[in-house]
Amino acid sequence: MAQRSKQVAGFAAAVADIPDGAVIAFGGFAGPGTPYNLTKALLDQGARRLTCIGNTTGGAHQPRLPDIGMLVEAGQVAKVVCSFTAATRPTDVLPFTKYYEAGEVEAELVPQGTLAERLRAAGAGIPAFYTPAAVGTELAEGRETRVINGREYLLEYALPCDVAFIRAWRADAAGNLQFRLAQRNFCPLMAMAAKLTIVEVEEDILPAGALDPDQVHLSGIFVQRLVKVPPAPEGLWTVRRQERAK
Amino acid sequence: MSATDIKGWDRQQMADRLAREFQDGWIVNLGVGIPTLCSNTDIGDRDILYHAENGVIGYGPVLPAGEEDLHLVNAGGQNVSLRPGAAIVHHADSFGIIRSGRIDVTVMGAYEVSAGGDFANWKVGRAKGGGIGGAMDLAACAKRVFIILEHTTRKGEPRLVPQCSLPVTARGVVTLVATNYGLFAPTGEGFAVIELAPGISLDAARAATGAPLMEGR
Repeated sequence: MAQRSKQVAGFAAAVADIPDGAVIAFGGFAGPGTPYNLTKALLDQGARRLTCIGNTTGGAHQPRLPDIGMLVEAGQVAKVVCSFTAATRPTDVLPFTKYYEAGEVEAELVPQGTLAERLRAAGAGIPAFYTPAAVGTELAEGRETRVINGREYLLEYALPCDVAFIRAWRADAAGNLQFRLAQRNFCPLMAMAAKLTIVEVEEDILPAGALDPDQVHLSGIFVQRLVKVPPAPEGLWTVRRQERAK
Repeated sequence: MSATDIKGWDRQQMADRLAREFQDGWIVNLGVGIPTLCSNTDIGDRDILYHAENGVIGYGPVLPAGEEDLHLVNAGGQNVSLRPGAAIVHHADSFGIIRSGRIDVTVMGAYEVSAGGDFANWKVGRAKGGGIGGAMDLAACAKRVFIILEHTTRKGEPRLVPQCSLPVTARGVVTLVATNYGLFAPTGEGFAVIELAPGISLDAARAATGAPLMEGR
């Protein structure tokens, strides 16, 4: 029996049913793995009161590609969960930070490894875990800690998501994915944490069976929808590749 | 002469001094900014494996525009190369490497370091938000934490202090501090002076430091 393909015709169709109030994880780290096209489609789709999970809210570099910060600027976001609510250098101001400082959006600041592990835990059926990160800091104030084998740890809860937007290099019709180099980052963890994972894929989507099962980085069990990224300028790539295509 | 007139080491020299402490076989994580300069230091044939938070393990020099691979960045977003023996893992495995204590040293920038080895680098006083990234996981779990920072603020106020005034990133973890004034180690009561930069006297260093300075390691 042939497997049904998970390929969807376009980005608008892929995000059309995302409701107001959805909790959405956005893959990517400093470019690779970032779902620019799905983010743009969500800006156009207009869902509101979203909770957005990502390592950063974007906007540290110009020119900008679609990012969580743009969803905040469009008034679509109620809350952000990330490891940066301000830029690394205090002289840089992220677009998101202005809205956060003004109280127009909520934020939960999470150490990066804790963010990754909270997503992993959600995808692995683990409700909570203890970590040494952030012990003794402002982030641990008023929260549950426990001494295990003589060391203090902070309780952290799993971070399940309704939707994950990720980007991959290759996919087959069954949703099995390969990432290339630094593209992997948070992407497989977010897919595992989400009920609905939508992937923007860089290469042509292959028939089921075309990927060597030993070389699959994420099982299609965790993937529901695939969209092929068209060439620039119709499809969004990295800023530099975008500029080269001009 | 005021504290702000004193130069001492430049940024690369501060990074060089810490990089010379790296031992053969170490797994090293370099923070964004001045710490990345440690990878430029010639430390002979010592074999160092550079780990980046985004799961790039075994990266090499930054590549010039046109030669870079846009799928490959280090934690600072620089387009780096890979050295023979490199591997790619996802974020949870990357931080598994960190939390399980396999990073021999993490080198980070900071706003303040205390005599007790606390440091602050994620939030400035008035801000509501902050930038943590991987700093809290690394600081809590790496075998050693080295800090690079200017010895004083632009206003000439000390950054090596008895207690941090800013929200800390981790407590009691810093083992070595390189500043433009020299190399120091928190002792609990103050800072041990391991080496002073050329042109920096002990008196000048004492005048620019908020905690007691002791001679010798």
